[in-house]
Amino acid sequence: MSSRAPSRWSDPAMHRRVRRRYIVERWFRGVGFAAVALSILFLAFLLFNMGSKGLGGFSRYEAALPIDFTRSDLFLDPATLRGPDAAQTVASADLETAISKAAVAAYGPSAGEMFGDAAITRLTKAILADPNMLGGTSTLWLPVGSKLDVAAKGDSDAANEKLVDMLQARHALRRTFNADFLTASDSTDPSSAGVWGALKGTFLTILVTMGLAFPVGVLAAVYLEEFASRNRWTDAIEVSINNLAAVPSIIFGLLGLAVFLNLMNLPRSAPLVGGMTLALMTMPVIVIAGRNAIKTVPPSIRDAALGVGASKMQVVFHHVLPLALPGILTGTIIGMARALGETAPLLMIGMRAFIAAPPTGITAPATVLPVQIFLWSDEVDRGFVEKTSAAIIVLLLFMLVMNGLAIYLRNRFERRW
Amino acid sequence: MSLGLALVAVLAVAFAAAWVGFARGRRLRTAGRLHSLPVYHGAYAALWAAIPALLLLAAWAPFQSQMVNQAVLASPEGRALPQFDMQRESILSEAQEIADGERDQGFNPQSSTLAPRIRAAEQRYAMMGGVAAILVALGTAALAVRRSKPQFRARAGVERWVMIVLFAASLIAILTTLGILLSLMFESLRFFRLYPLQSFVFGLEWSPQTAIRADQAGSSGAFGAIPLLWGTFFIGAIIAMVVAVPLGLMCAIYLTQYAHPRVRAWLKPILEILAGVPTVVYGYFAALTVAPVVRDLGLRLGIESASSESALAAGLVMGIMIIPFISSMADDSIAAVPQSMRDGSLAMGATTSETIRRVLLPAALPGVMGGILLAVSRAIGETMIVVMAAGLAANLTLNPFASVTTVTTQIVQLLTGDQEFDSAKTLAAFALGLALFLITLLLNLIALRIVRRYQEQYE
Repeated sequence: MSSRAPSRWSDPAMHRRVRRRYIVERWFRGVGFAAVALSILFLAFLLFNMGSKGLGGFSRYEAALPIDFTRSDLFLDPATLRGPDAAQTVASADLETAISKAAVAAYGPSAGEMFGDAAITRLTKAILADPNMLGGTSTLWLPVGSKLDVAAKGDSDAANEKLVDMLQARHALRRTFNADFLTASDSTDPSSAGVWGALKGTFLTILVTMGLAFPVGVLAAVYLEEFASRNRWTDAIEVSINNLAAVPSIIFGLLGLAVFLNLMNLPRSAPLVGGMTLALMTMPVIVIAGRNAIKTVPPSIRDAALGVGASKMQVVFHHVLPLALPGILTGTIIGMARALGETAPLLMIGMRAFIAAPPTGITAPATVLPVQIFLWSDEVDRGFVEKTSAAIIVLLLFMLVMNGLAIYLRNRFERRW
Repeated sequence: MSLGLALVAVLAVAFAAAWVGFARGRRLRTAGRLHSLPVYHGAYAALWAAIPALLLLAAWAPFQSQMVNQAVLASPEGRALPQFDMQRESILSEAQEIADGERDQGFNPQSSTLAPRIRAAEQRYAMMGGVAAILVALGTAALAVRRSKPQFRARAGVERWVMIVLFAASLIAILTTLGILLSLMFESLRFFRLYPLQSFVFGLEWSPQTAIRADQAGSSGAFGAIPLLWGTFFIGAIIAMVVAVPLGLMCAIYLTQYAHPRVRAWLKPILEILAGVPTVVYGYFAALTVAPVVRDLGLRLGIESASSESALAAGLVMGIMIIPFISSMADDSIAAVPQSMRDGSLAMGATTSETIRRVLLPAALPGVMGGILLAVSRAIGETMIVVMAAGLAANLTLNPFASVTTVTTQIVQLLTGDQEFDSAKTLAAFALGLALFLITLLLNLIALRIVRRYQEQYE
């Protein structure tokens, strides 16, 4: 080692060096902070972007339409509309033409197509509620069609914007809460499309997933943590559980397609098959969370129970499992939230069909919320843009509730030993 | 009688057995000291009543459908069926639906005459199976109840059954792994019989449209996986990691080394939200908001071929999604570096950033590398972002503004059209799935090995 003169701290060169080192220090710290800030900004921008686009999907415009039923060609007699067949009679009448004619009469030739399916549904309900309406002229507020709705919300379309201006000048346009969005199912017409069908499908699918993955996952975790002796079988089980947790979700979809659909001939696009596929995907998560929760129960609990004569099985099911349950539930809910947002495996088992009615059972064809979002995002019609973002808001709210529940459970019930 | 009714009957027998066993256990209690609680006597009887009978029913159900099929085909109406396969199948399935009461009438009149035959045969065989199951349930229940004596170890018997159930539950993980491997391999083998393996692994051209007519252009039916693998690697392992690694690493460093614990307690969960957002939302965000911006940027930079389905848009958004993953991995490995190393460096007069860069990061490097490999494996398997934001054109390009396609995009594309199950196109999806499975498995194994070896060093 060569001999060097000791550092002279009063040397200006030394001062410069120290100052430079501190500048680097501040920069490094700044870059770290910037990285965190940037990541959080991304998140904020993503949420804001979806929120600002999607809030419009929860409201829609309605226009006042004076209809002179005596001059329309509906051929509906109020007297026949009191029996049980009333709904069918009205449905067979050509309401679409009647609405179109009335619109042209009121707002000029460009208004012929300003109403869509949602207006027909609303008019049907109005007529059934008050058949006497058919005797004269009445003014009804009907939801406008998708093109006009988009124009009224400020998206460019010259012809429709002129119509909007005209309607607004005559105070014949108002914005209301779109209840159909939460109560209707998928539709080709964005003005009457809703998420209820997809929500019900999601609910059924998650129910199946939960019913399968939770018991199996908990029992497997109990076996591995409390009973399994270390041998080749146990090692194989452990390796495969850890691997399954890292397998891409689309592979589970391929498994579901090959085994559940092609081998076992279960119905396509049913919540049953979707739930089974997601259960296979969620089970490793629950097993891992369950094992960690069981591990944290102190051995003294087991020893005490064994000491007063409980069998090994009684120790586990009467003492260890109840104490580990909050931890297991937290893990389960997080796993379920992940399954709730999963799309790819469900596409594989055929859940991308257009389904216009809410599913009636777990073997009926259904779709789920994430898949519905994916389907709507593919639609060309501009009216679906805000519907997609609105559906995303609903999905994110669900995730928020589930994760909030998990955090609450963890804080409220988890015991530190 | 249907099998459903038999199932209910068996469960009722089991319930009755439980009650009888329990009552008998309680009576025995007055006679002397019991080995097991009365509850276990009841549970023992119920389990013995239910399980053999249920197993019998489960085995009977497929057997029954086969026997019903044979009986129906042997009947005069069945022999009158057309020999032509597809028509025959459709009539049979229609008749089955009528017999099940799912519909009133078939398109084919023959199905309506066939339906009563099916119903009669089903009833006959269900009666046989159902009665047998109930008899078995009654027999085993009687035997089980008769065994309860004061010294009888009913609890041990019950616990043996519970143990079997626990073991079976843990076996499902192995069965799933085997199911994935077998189904992927089986379908892939069928694909490689139609299309040679070396052309799949080394082929440079991917255009899965098989020609319907011989003279059709652009429908070569080429299944070369290299462009897909490159696209997957380009988006998932290069672009996404260029975004996620520096950001994730710096986030971890700031949160563990600089941030006040209270700030950290707030920022970390917020960062974790990024990982919890469903991928379909990221996909929509990428396709609707990021992709047009990236395309305009490309056009302004003078890149003519800038696509609205660019690799860059998908990769950027995927990188954002991966940030919390990398951050928490780096967090763990930095936290695993012994405090003494950090203290030593600070004691020598190094600043915090010098300590981090010269001591902590080199020591944590293997763990960080393992974490990055895990992140790559996750990015490669990610589906929705690339399905919605990346393109379908299989280009071998280094240009991030051009459109590339990935393995997962193509799997979705190949399997969600209308197609018959045996075509090379559908089977190719399984071959791609197998490739994806093997690649992610390999990455995970390497990453875990790196992480584990490194952890042992400091313990």
